[in-house]
Amino acid sequence: MSILELRGVHRTHGTGELAVHALAGVDLTVEAGELVAVMGPSGSGKSTLLNLAGGLDRPTRGEVFVAGQRLADLPVRRLAALRRRMVGYVFQDLNLLPSLTAAENVAMPLELDGVSPRRAQRTARATLDAVGLTELADRYPDDLSGGQQQRVAIARALVGDRRLVLADEPTGALDSVTGEAVLQLLRGRVDQGAAGLLVTHEARHAGWADRVVFLRDGVIVDTAGPLPRPEDLLTAGGAE
Amino acid sequence: MSIKHGLLALLERGPMHGYQLRSAFEESTGGTWPLNIGQVYTTLGRLERDELVRSLPEHDGQREYEITDEGRTELTLWFATPVSRADRPRDELAIKLALALTTPGVDVRAVVQGQRTATVRAMQEYTRLKASPAKLADLSWRLVIDAMLFQAEAEVRWLDHCEAELVRQAPAASASAAASASAGSAGAPAPGSPTEPGQPAAPGARAGKGGRR
Repeated sequence: MSILELRGVHRTHGTGELAVHALAGVDLTVEAGELVAVMGPSGSGKSTLLNLAGGLDRPTRGEVFVAGQRLADLPVRRLAALRRRMVGYVFQDLNLLPSLTAAENVAMPLELDGVSPRRAQRTARATLDAVGLTELADRYPDDLSGGQQQRVAIARALVGDRRLVLADEPTGALDSVTGEAVLQLLRGRVDQGAAGLLVTHEARHAGWADRVVFLRDGVIVDTAGPLPRPEDLLTAGGAE
Repeated sequence: MSIKHGLLALLERGPMHGYQLRSAFEESTGGTWPLNIGQVYTTLGRLERDELVRSLPEHDGQREYEITDEGRTELTLWFATPVSRADRPRDELAIKLALALTTPGVDVRAVVQGQRTATVRAMQEYTRLKASPAKLADLSWRLVIDAMLFQAEAEVRWLDHCEAELVRQAPAASASAAASASAGSAGAPAPGSPTEPGQPAAPGARAGKGGRR
């Protein structure tokens, strides 16, 4: 089942001679259980794509569907509710609230959605367990390392029944091992049935995806999928 | 890297015969470097000639080899010496791109993208192999795969750099390209492609795409 679908999506900023075509006719589908990475140079439209997928921005032309719902059909309040319930975001700058503990940060989207504080806390702690932060649930962001803060942000993106996870350079400035742990978490959630869209300029992170699409000048120019015989990669050119 | 030093390192663990060495070698390189038994015995023969190993009396039809003091010295030296970049094979990709730039009718950006897709696809598979549950606890294996991943990543970064340079150089080339590019373009990007977003030099960049054909 496709969780995210973009059909002929265009996004133009400005008009006339000054118009910038951030996206110029993108078709993209992400199924449940699929992680799709988007790569491309700066200005290729990666972040615009992610914002459209999450309903944070509207296309100039074309349609965006999340879990079968056409976003353009939804009134503002229902769009906001869909974003809270269905879509999790992980940004490069984590946007954790410094005055709330890790558990409170993770519980926040649930509470905004009307879940009782007690239930929201319970769910938040379970999600923090899943990202290996059981012991640190009551700490404030400032008392956590960069990697731990990133895990809190991931937990917040995954809490509840999020079926679409959108990640924009989610490993930020983390070292390679910590960054990889973040990708593993994302991959794990997708393997459990979520759909994931990952924007990255790091090919090593894109390696975790089932499919990698290459964006250039607002259009998808190529796609990398699985290889027919991956074993050959290991032995090619190996022995002397 | 030579098989010679690999075998010396394995013999430092204790005496082994040829087949044991072969399987230990393959195991420690994560199966990425298969050896045939002939290579093992040829190498052992040379090591023995150079007095870096000695053969022990045959036992149950198998002859074990052990490392000598000279062999240990050689091994220590090997670990202490960085691998020379000059010993590595020449990079076919770099040469191919250099030639693509100067060969008429070649769409260099398409060459770059074709390679990028292939390399990223390989990285997807390396990652999948590395993350397979059976291998997750095997640090040697993961580090060998990581070496391939980082090398592939470096290649992709270099390709990104090449593409950025192509776009940057395009305005200078546009004058000469304008005449030849008018024949139209095949391949990427899609028809109806817009001007480059966020690229004030869009006309030049567009000319660059077609200008190398």
